[in-house]
Amino acid sequence: MTALESPAKPAGTSAPSPTSRRGRRRRATALAPRDKLVLGLMLGVPSLLHLALVWVPALGSVGLSFSSWDGIGGFADIEWVGFRNYVDIFTRYPRFWPALQHNLIWLLFLLVVPTVAGLLLAVLLDRQLRFGRIYQSALYLPMVLSLALVGFIWQLIYQPEHGLLNNVLGTASTDPVNWLGDPDINLYAVLVAAGWRHTGYVMLLYLAGLKSVDPALKEAAALDGANAWQTFFRVTFPVLRPVNVVVLVVTVIEGLRAFDIVYVINKGRNGLELLSVLVTDNIIGESSRIGWGSALAVVLLLISLGFIVTYLFQVFREEERT
Amino acid sequence: MRFAVRPARVALHVFLVLTCLTTLAPLLWALYASLRTYDDTARNGYFSVAESLTFDNFTAAWTQADLPHYYLNTLLVTLPALVLVLLLSSMVAYGVSRYSFRFNVALLVLFTAGNLLPQQVIVTPLYRLYLLTPLPSWLSDSGVLLDSQLGLVLIHVAFQSGFCVFVLSNYMKTIPHELGEAARVDGAGVFRQYWQVILPLCRPALAALATLEFTWIYNDFLWALVLIQTGDKMPITSALQNLKGTFFVDNNLVAAGSLLVALPTLVVFFTLQRQFIGGLTLGSTKG
Repeated sequence: MTALESPAKPAGTSAPSPTSRRGRRRRATALAPRDKLVLGLMLGVPSLLHLALVWVPALGSVGLSFSSWDGIGGFADIEWVGFRNYVDIFTRYPRFWPALQHNLIWLLFLLVVPTVAGLLLAVLLDRQLRFGRIYQSALYLPMVLSLALVGFIWQLIYQPEHGLLNNVLGTASTDPVNWLGDPDINLYAVLVAAGWRHTGYVMLLYLAGLKSVDPALKEAAALDGANAWQTFFRVTFPVLRPVNVVVLVVTVIEGLRAFDIVYVINKGRNGLELLSVLVTDNIIGESSRIGWGSALAVVLLLISLGFIVTYLFQVFREEERT
Repeated sequence: MRFAVRPARVALHVFLVLTCLTTLAPLLWALYASLRTYDDTARNGYFSVAESLTFDNFTAAWTQADLPHYYLNTLLVTLPALVLVLLLSSMVAYGVSRYSFRFNVALLVLFTAGNLLPQQVIVTPLYRLYLLTPLPSWLSDSGVLLDSQLGLVLIHVAFQSGFCVFVLSNYMKTIPHELGEAARVDGAGVFRQYWQVILPLCRPALAALATLEFTWIYNDFLWALVLIQTGDKMPITSALQNLKGTFFVDNNLVAAGSLLVALPTLVVFFTLQRQFIGGLTLGSTKG
C-alpha cells in the first residue's frame, strides 16, 4: 500500500500468473465503445495537461538551451548557437562555479546531517515510550512550514545585533557575527535552517520504515546473542534499504530544488548562489536570456536525472518484468 | 517494570526533551518576539525579559500588510487546485491500476518522473507558454495565462498530479478486482465503477493526500513568484516578502506576520496530524 513497503507489488496478494494477466487484458479489450471513450477521456485529459505543462516545458528547456533567444519575436527569430551557452557557462560565467559548488555542499550536508539525525531520532522513538507521540509531533512540526517561511523565522535568530544567536553567544554588543551577510559562513547558517526542517521528514520516513521491520527478526538476533548495536547494523539497517533509497531521492530532489529560503534572505546573492537562483534570475531578473537560463536549467536537470532514473528503475522494475 | 525508574530511560527522556525544545526554539522565539512591543525591544533589545505582552503586532500585521486579501488570493488558488488535482489524478490512477493497456507502466512512469523534475527545469518555457496563451478578459485581466490565478491553479494541478497518481495507483492496486467486476455485472460503466466503487474506498488515501497537498500548494513560493506579476494577485507566502520589505526594521511585526502566514498549515497539522503523517509516508517520493 505504501511506497515504503513494496510500491511495485501488483494487485492482490499473489503475483498474477500469465493466465490471469491474459485474462485481464481480454477484459480490457472487451470494454464497450462507450466505456473505452470514457476511460480514454479519464486518462487523456489529465495526461494532456501534465504533458503540456510539465514535459513540454522540460523538453523545451533542453531545446532552447541551444539557442540565444531574448524572448523577443516569434520562434522563427530564434538563433541557434549549438553548445555555445554551455561553453560560456562553464568558462566565462563567474556565478556558475560558486553556484554549482554551493549546490553540491547543500546536497552533501542534507545527505549527512539530517539523515543521521533523523535516523537516530527514529530509532530512539521506535519503542513504547511515554510521551512518544508528543516528541514526534514536536520534531516534525517544522515540516509544515514552507522553506520561505523558514527563511523568515531564522532571520530572527541570525540577525547580527537583534538575533537570538549572537545574544546567546554574548557577541551581540561587542563583535556581532553577521551570520547571513558574511559570504564565508552564510551558506552553512542557511543549511542549519534547511536541515532543521528536513530532519523531521527523514525521521518520519525512517519511523514508518522501522514499524514495518518484522519484530521476529530482532528477537532472533537477540536469541543469537547480538547486542543492540549488532542487531541494528546487521539486522535492522539492511531491512531498511528501500527507505534509504527513498530518503536519498527525497533529499537530492529537495537539495536541488532549494530556492525559496535563499531567495527570501538575500535573493540568492553574496555567498548564497544556487543553480535554481541563476535560472530564476534569467526569467524574472532584468535580463531575459532564455537560452542561457535554459542551459543552466539543463545542467540542473542532468544532475538530478541520475537519481530520478535510479529511483524509477528501483520502483518500476518489478512491474515491467510482469 | 513500567514504573521502575531506569537510568537509561531517564537519559533518553532528557535527551528527547532537550532535542524537542531545540527544535521548537525558533518558533517559540518568533512567538515571543511577536508578543512584545516595538518600544520594549528597541529599549531593551530582543534578548531581554518582556515588559508586557500584547497581540498588537498581530492586528498590525493583519491590517497593515493587508493579510485578509492575500489569504483570499491563496484560497482562490489552493482550493480549486486541491479539488482538481485529486479528481484528475484519481482518474488516471484508476485507469492505470485497474485496466491493462499498452502504455500502462509508461504513463505511470511519466507522471511519477514529472513530479521529480526540479521546477526550474520547467519554469522558463512555461513562462513563455503562459505569455503566449490568450485568455478571455473575464478569466484574466492580463489577457493571457501569465499573471492569472488560473495559470497558477493549472501548474499546481499538472505538477502535483505526478505525485498523487503514483500514490493513488499504488493504493488502488490493493483493492480486489472482484469489486469492480461485481459492479460491472450489475451494469455499471467505467465511470460509475470509478465514482461509486473505487473512489469511496480510497477515502483514507485521498484524505492523506488532501492534507499534504494543501500544505504544499499553500506553501508555494516559486510558481507564484515567476507566474504572477501583479503584487496584488500574489498568494500569501510570496506576499510576506512585502511585509519584510516595508517594515524591515520591525522584527516584531515580521515575526507576527510569519506566524499568521504559518497559522493555516499549523491548524491543519494539529487537527489532521494522522492524515498528514499518513500522506508523507504513503508516497515518500516527494521532495
